[in-house]
Amino acid sequence: MSATHTIVNLPDQRTATIPKRNYLNNEDGLLSWLFTGDHKRIAILYLISITFFFFIGGAFAGLIRLELLTPQPDLVASDTYNKFFSMHGIVMIFLFLVPSVPATLGNFLIPIMVGAKDLAFPKVNLLSWYLYWIGGLFTMAALVLGGVDTGWTFTTPLSTHYLNTHVVTAATGVFIIGFSSIFTGLNFIVTIHRMRAPGMTWFRMPLFCWSNYAASILMVLGTPVLAITLVLVALERLVGIGVFDPTKGGDPLLFQHLFWFYSHPAVYIMILPGMGVISEVISTFSRKRVFGYTAVAFSSVAIALFGFFVWAHHMFIMGVSNYSALVFSLLTMLVAVPSAIKIFNWAFTLQKGSITFETPMLYAFGFLGLFTIGGMTGVFLGALGMDIHLTETYFIVAHFHFVMVGGMLMAFLAGIHFWWPKMTGRMYPESLSKLAAVTTFIGFNLTFLPQFILGYLGMPRRYHAYPPEFQVLNVLSTAGATVLGVGYMLPLLYLGWSLKYGAIAGNNPWQATGLEWQIQSPPLTENFIETPVVDHEAYDYEWLAHKTAQEVTTVG
Amino acid sequence: MDNAIVATHPHTHETAVAAEHEHVVLPQHRHHFETKEQQREAATFGMWLFLLTEIMFFGGLFFAYLLYRNWYHDAFVVSSNQLSIPLGAANTAILITSGFFMALGVWAAEVQKKGLLVLFLVLTTFFGVAFLGIKAVEYHEKWEKHHIPGAHFDVSQFINPQAYGLKEKPLAPDMAQKTQVFFFLYFAMTGMHAFHMILGIGLLFWLTWRANRGEFSSGYVAPIENFGLYWHFVDIVWLFLFPLLYLINRHPGY
Ligand code: HEM
Ligand SMILES: [Cu+2]
Repeated sequence: MSATHTIVNLPDQRTATIPKRNYLNNEDGLLSWLFTGDHKRIAILYLISITFFFFIGGAFAGLIRLELLTPQPDLVASDTYNKFFSMHGIVMIFLFLVPSVPATLGNFLIPIMVGAKDLAFPKVNLLSWYLYWIGGLFTMAALVLGGVDTGWTFTTPLSTHYLNTHVVTAATGVFIIGFSSIFTGLNFIVTIHRMRAPGMTWFRMPLFCWSNYAASILMVLGTPVLAITLVLVALERLVGIGVFDPTKGGDPLLFQHLFWFYSHPAVYIMILPGMGVISEVISTFSRKRVFGYTAVAFSSVAIALFGFFVWAHHMFIMGVSNYSALVFSLLTMLVAVPSAIKIFNWAFTLQKGSITFETPMLYAFGFLGLFTIGGMTGVFLGALGMDIHLTETYFIVAHFHFVMVGGMLMAFLAGIHFWWPKMTGRMYPESLSKLAAVTTFIGFNLTFLPQFILGYLGMPRRYHAYPPEFQVLNVLSTAGATVLGVGYMLPLLYLGWSLKYGAIAGNNPWQATGLEWQIQSPPLTENFIETPVVDHEAYDYEWLAHKTAQEVTTVG
Repeated sequence: MDNAIVATHPHTHETAVAAEHEHVVLPQHRHHFETKEQQREAATFGMWLFLLTEIMFFGGLFFAYLLYRNWYHDAFVVSSNQLSIPLGAANTAILITSGFFMALGVWAAEVQKKGLLVLFLVLTTFFGVAFLGIKAVEYHEKWEKHHIPGAHFDVSQFINPQAYGLKEKPLAPDMAQKTQVFFFLYFAMTGMHAFHMILGIGLLFWLTWRANRGEFSSGYVAPIENFGLYWHFVDIVWLFLFPLLYLINRHPGY
């Protein structure tokens, strides 16, 4: 090693051009994208696809809010409204939230972060993307053919007997998307176990890898249960087998058990990868190793494991025994502990850090505030008595939007803004991006804070008309949704603009420590020219300063 | 310079060549793995994980089975008496034989004997198909006896078994309804299992074709090994299904 102990992939900042050879221009033509095995290209394919579906889901959100502007049911009839919120939910959950961070940022970054040239199974990775689209098209077909009105939960016997809609088509779609996420999770786990570069020990791994690893465990273990449940729903609808049908001896409660066994952990599939993003961003912009690194790493895995034991808190009002309700209520509180550990550790990291407020950091702060509120209201809901009062009201809607939209979506945007320079080699206009972050935050609160109050006052969810006294709060919420919509459109515009006109980013615009920042932007197809040997901890800013000093002397 | 993060590594040459996209001419070695050993380990590990997801997939059905068996015990006892133990036992024997040949096939690949490998794969396929044949016979029998859940199902034979020449305890009408749940689960579980067999047999054809071209006779055995894991997994699922559906708690109705 001695004399050839060189730093390869040196930054090219001073020449200020996009590297001549990179993963984007390595091969040309649409087909080279559609048949690519490169995890980075697949990540880009996902990013485009997921953004597309996000805006479809968003359009339905807009329609919902438009209808709720007035107490009278004047825009659409109730069954159309049911279809709106069902499609909104199905698209947002399965086509946006679940794959968002793992399939885009995870795909792009995990191999690089552990020092590998690709994910373990590139073809399987590409297959996941195709499955995502096939599933997405089924879901869209269900919409075009006449819609689904079960809500995203496909609750039986509603879904199997009483509705004459396209449940089977939509369930098939979700089933297929499920396999897409199983394969993604499987790929991540194998890559993290088997393909880490020399010296990249488990506890030198960035926390982003840890959190995606934990989410992958949930994907691999939870999603198949959802898949089989949907098979049963489809069979019940198609051939009238009676597994959930009380008139034939079946029991709808079984559906609830199976469904929530997936869907509670699914909440963590959605949020854990986002927490990983937040760890990276907070560390970078306070220039400190995340406080309690090990605790944060383990808490991810703890969340994943606990997540499997709390499903019945979704069933308090559906007749689980008092005894088991109590147990599940307690377990639910327990699962809040590892999340709280993370929040406290981030707070401590910030406390002693030298903080700067770049755009990703703004989104991360948004995450911290909103997720904390969402999480705490979740503890309310875990408390048995409260839940019975608030369930099926707008309080629930506000709660999960705070966690998932305020949490996950903020994290997603933080991540996209953080790694955009790495993915494209370009910067985006800073003032606009900060404006977008602030707009999103304001719009978000204006949309969903009134919904807490609405729920507390007793406005039930899933109705398209409501008593007039709720109108003021609903108008506020709709106004907020409009602001929020603008906040989401802005990045689309300036990020698109930056692709052509953005300033050249260089290798490490944020002076971050991860392996991904030590290679060129955009990276080479094979990521590293030579396999890296890692000899320092994650977030070691002293090492970075030392290294940067060396580069100045090495680059001649 | 000890702090250099990206330093030269023993595999420099190999990877640098790969970087130029003139793929290293190691048979079946994909360029993103450092070594063949790493590639093989990754494949095996991936397969185990996949089987774990399969366990969860079947797990949903087993969960349903256990729950309902508990609730509707009498209906389940009576219904399981309607399954044919000889056919089930024959199927078990056939599947174990097939698994045995699969294991031999893996061995043949490892000792690089092409002819034997092809032979064992063909035998594995043969017994797999035989299994499905028997399953078809059983399904047909269920059809004739009106045991297929849905409109065609005949509950009255469990309410009044004597009239049908059955030696069962008569069930109250609402419990008799629950026999449908048993038969539904029977079809769901054995059907899911059969579906995995069909997929497996498809893969066996493909592997046999590749084996015949000599692809697995030069030390590259991961596909055979991993398929072997899959096939054994399918066997094992059946080894749970057989006692659960056919055997336990079987006793005369009186
Ligand atoms: C502009 C932003 C949004 C607005 C105004 C909005 C509005 C709503 C409303 C009013 C409902 C409740 C319908 C009802 O139960 O009566 C709802 C449900 C839901 N929303 Fe959103 N939403 C927005 C964004 C999102 C996003 C970004 C996600 C996911 C990332 C999301 C996920 C969900 C889910 C999963 C449901 C449950 C659907 C169901 O009840 O089956 N929403 N949304
Ligand atoms: Cu839950």
